[in-house]
Amino acid sequence: MYRSHVLVCGGTGCTSSGSEKIIAALESEIQKNGLVEEVKVIRTGCFGLCALGPIMIVYPEGCFYSMVQPEDIPEIVSEHLLKGRIVKRLLYSETVIEDSDAVKSLDETDFYKKQLRVALRNCGVINPENIDEYIAYDGYQALGKCLTEYTPEQVIDIIKQSGLRGRGGGGFPTGVKWSLARANDADQKYVCCNADEGDPGAFMDRSVLEGDPHVVLEAMAIAGYAIGATQGYIYVRAEYPIAVKRLQIAIDQAREYGLLGKNIFGTDFCFDIDLRLGAGAFVCGEETALMTSIEGHRGEPRPRPPFPAQKGLFGKPTILNNVETYANIPQIILKGSDWFSGMGTEKSKGTKVFALGGKIKHTGLVEIPMGTTLREVIEEIGGGIPNGKKFKAAQTGGPSGGCIPASLIDTPMDYDNLIAIGSMMGSGGLIVMDEDTCMVDIAKFFLEFTVDESCGKCTPCRVGTKRLLELLNKITSGNGELADLDKMEELCYYIKANSLCGLGQTAPNPVLSTLRYFRDEYVAHVVDKKCPAGVCKDLLSYSIDADKCKGCTLCARNCPVGAIEGKVKELHTIDTTKCIKCGVCMEKCKFGAVVKK
Amino acid sequence: MTNKKTSVPFNGTPEQEQALQKVIEAHKNERGALMPVLQEAQEIYGYLPLEVQEMIARGMDVPLEEIYGVATFYSQFTLNPKGKYKISVCLGTACYVKGSGDIFDRLSRALGIGNGECTPDGKFSLEACRCIGACGLAPVITINDDVYGRLVPDDVEKILAKYAD
Repeated sequence: MYRSHVLVCGGTGCTSSGSEKIIAALESEIQKNGLVEEVKVIRTGCFGLCALGPIMIVYPEGCFYSMVQPEDIPEIVSEHLLKGRIVKRLLYSETVIEDSDAVKSLDETDFYKKQLRVALRNCGVINPENIDEYIAYDGYQALGKCLTEYTPEQVIDIIKQSGLRGRGGGGFPTGVKWSLARANDADQKYVCCNADEGDPGAFMDRSVLEGDPHVVLEAMAIAGYAIGATQGYIYVRAEYPIAVKRLQIAIDQAREYGLLGKNIFGTDFCFDIDLRLGAGAFVCGEETALMTSIEGHRGEPRPRPPFPAQKGLFGKPTILNNVETYANIPQIILKGSDWFSGMGTEKSKGTKVFALGGKIKHTGLVEIPMGTTLREVIEEIGGGIPNGKKFKAAQTGGPSGGCIPASLIDTPMDYDNLIAIGSMMGSGGLIVMDEDTCMVDIAKFFLEFTVDESCGKCTPCRVGTKRLLELLNKITSGNGELADLDKMEELCYYIKANSLCGLGQTAPNPVLSTLRYFRDEYVAHVVDKKCPAGVCKDLLSYSIDADKCKGCTLCARNCPVGAIEGKVKELHTIDTTKCIKCGVCMEKCKFGAVVKK
Repeated sequence: MTNKKTSVPFNGTPEQEQALQKVIEAHKNERGALMPVLQEAQEIYGYLPLEVQEMIARGMDVPLEEIYGVATFYSQFTLNPKGKYKISVCLGTACYVKGSGDIFDRLSRALGIGNGECTPDGKFSLEACRCIGACGLAPVITINDDVYGRLVPDDVEKILAKYAD
């Protein structure tokens, strides 16, 4: 028995900020202090609060140490683990109780108290590379229950009644999808998992795969039983090496335990899963493109019908669900559909994981009941906007979604409300923007993305998005006319109506939603030839404030193109014909004398 | 795009070819095996020049144009060799909003190369990449397997200096 467990986050966020070094240092210090028999170090999945990484939690006290550095480890080991004295200076500030040696529970902190963890239940709790820990948390019980107590039809009914909708973007009812595939007879059917999380700024699927890979395997086996499939494929991004590694370990362990393979739980049911690595194509998140890619071709979508439930992978009936959708399934089976449908709003049941990013204090992963307002997420859970700036907009749904303006901050977030205000849930990326973000530039950013990622198969998407981007470039370079705004709108609706797949059908959303809520900003670019947020370089000019300039020469020495002239202790000036607007002078100036207009 | 035909002469070794043949053998009769084979071939050679694609075409009995089609479709595959130090700047939304565009510009200026290019000495290559999922550390760059987060443009020179060997 160990008297103390140290959980260190081994997710991508904390690994990037050095948690492997922390684990190595911990292990060597524990050895040095003779605590090997008493303290166990466990590498877990993501805790969610990536902004404070690397993160570690020491149990039984539940001390949450944040931004830990290798130099801190000897102190943590000798003070906390050896002598039982909490190292207060490293505690996450919100968990510190003044004048007390106790710590506040994480559940009481602003970041965690409104969260409800269903899909992320085991992330940061168990060791994802050990199947026994998953089993100890009711793992594979749901699969056993399905195989021994329910018929496939009953399983599908439970999922239908729970109201679970696809978490990957479209929000299609999962149970309905399964029943469609069940209804088609075939000698072979397939269950696929979409782990090709392509939306920039969304990383919830990665966290589930890294923190709780078995939940996906278990749910896929349940789906296989429900629709009558014996083979599953997980299509996972090659850019997620930790997730790939842990999935492979999980598959190997499940096979060893007989939880994948032949005659699972002593029944007739056989099911196995293989991994397929994506190779960096956003369009492969679209279901038909993903299947074409698994077949080994260019990942181009194809027209529907026939839907995958009829003719999917290798021409056989196939279901495809995303990682987060699967992560909900075992809990629904164990706790019942009423439990699940008791959470959320009328048409959006359960919880949703959002990846908070951008200009927000607590970047990280949060799981909240559907219907939580944007204000609660940003101001309470997210801790607000840093540096005293003002909230301007939140972007949801990635390149397919839209920007939600500050005036709609009290919108309860669910599938239908987000569509109604011109955005969409998407996979759950939530990027917060402040007054320094230019909305025209953001629209352009997403369009550049879709132009790059359009597979080129259908003309409306391939050519339409390119023309749209050209119009945006015209506007941000100061050559736009008012008529361009109407032209853009028309083009947007045309692309939406005529594109083959979801990529093109949603690609204009970032433009449409910014045009709808931030038209002033477009007008400022077009009519006044100004970028109010000071982002679009062609509309900016740098100058030096004569009252503030001390003539220190720092700006002139750092200017990469020699555009600044001036002698020591004399006023400096910027030659705007040479200036490339890189902003170095402004960064370097210690007196705030460089002005951007 | 970065997938233009390369001007660097191909100099694969017999060991590499042997490793590739093994991979082809292992996957030959598998359905949908082309992607895994290309991925492993890129592991072996570092990139997928036409010569390697030809070997795969012969070994797998797949037309070369199909292999070229797949190799140029996915951004992970490259027909150009990369530098000894591969610099990727994340231009995902979270990083972009936090100024990764400025980091990219600074790197580009410091190295004198643009997106998808390699320095003439073969030391550094630079590319803009999609979200790597480390949004909590935005803006982020990676150099080979090292990750650098929470950057400001002034950090660029310091980081490059670490690779001065």
